[in-house]
Amino acid sequence: MPHAISLAFICFALWLLLSGHYVPLMLVLGLLATLFVVAIAVRMEISNREGQPIHLLPMVLSYWPWLLWEIVKANFVVARCILTPALPIKPTLIKVKASQKSRLGKVVYANSITLTPGTVSIDIKGNEIEVHALTRTAAQDLKRGHMDRRVTKFVGSN
Amino acid sequence: MFVAATTAILITMALALVRALLGPTVYDRILAVNMFNTKTVLLIAVLGFLSGRPNFLDIALVYALIAFISTIAVLKFFEYGDLGQSRPSRAKRRQT
Amino acid sequence: MTMAAIDVLSWICLVTGGFFGIVGGIGLLRLPDLFSRFHAAGVTDTLGAGLILIGLMLQAGWSLITIKLVLILGFGLFTSPTATHALAKAALHGKVKPRLSRKGT
Repeated sequence: MPHAISLAFICFALWLLLSGHYVPLMLVLGLLATLFVVAIAVRMEISNREGQPIHLLPMVLSYWPWLLWEIVKANFVVARCILTPALPIKPTLIKVKASQKSRLGKVVYANSITLTPGTVSIDIKGNEIEVHALTRTAAQDLKRGHMDRRVTKFVGSN
Repeated sequence: MFVAATTAILITMALALVRALLGPTVYDRILAVNMFNTKTVLLIAVLGFLSGRPNFLDIALVYALIAFISTIAVLKFFEYGDLGQSRPSRAKRRQT
Repeated sequence: MTMAAIDVLSWICLVTGGFFGIVGGIGLLRLPDLFSRFHAAGVTDTLGAGLILIGLMLQAGWSLITIKLVLILGFGLFTSPTATHALAKAALHGKVKPRLSRKGT
């Protein structure tokens, strides 16, 4: 239930921001649309802890800036690789261990891997994520498990 | 300066189109089209600023939503051969 | 004075964003196989798009326009890994093998 309420709140805030209409009739129509969407979400059983991870909100502030900085750094590495005429790439497939227990945590980890250029997560089997890395250094950086620990801290122990 | 950004985006779109035409496998083409789509979103946004009509941003937002769904739909079509394939049943998913 | 500074900053963002977009496009053409090309597409999707949108945000100032730009950026950052992952998995199922460097680990 708290997730349905938060979903309704987010949807209505989004509606207010995007529509720019503040006449009573339009507000009521927007509210009806919001309730309709929430009803569908509840019926689809996606308005739960996994589909709406509001418990992660406080930690987002420390995780996202770190991830953005990692993305910027990785971008420069990949851009230099592409622009070097000799094309110094060594594509490798590696398996990294995901220490997160929940599926949400694994998804966050795999998406973070894909979001940083230079590493793309291809497959998840149990606790292992198969990663395609563009360079040897990118693969080694990932194997060191810094990002894994950050994600585990981010999603908490569950 | 918006003109410079527009030019850069158009060059990128041209490069993506070349890859879409060359692409040895269908997945290369999908990747190129996906990149073309993200660049289209940016192009619409920048053109909105260039022509002084920020309402273009709504179109860009909707285009971003549609582009993502179309990519997933095309991939699903190539993987299963039809779009109506239902996902694994809930009871089965709960066990895992 | 501050207006001029913000203007210059947004120009820098727009031009660098465009540069990274072109780099991604070049990578899409130059890299040898599908799985390496994902990385090139990642460059345009993250830093290229991000910098251009940040440049536009700086031009727009505090308004509804900025919020829409933030939404576009956030949506892009959430969906691009999903699309890439779906593509990689579909390619693996479609019997496309990644070309690896000879001494793999």
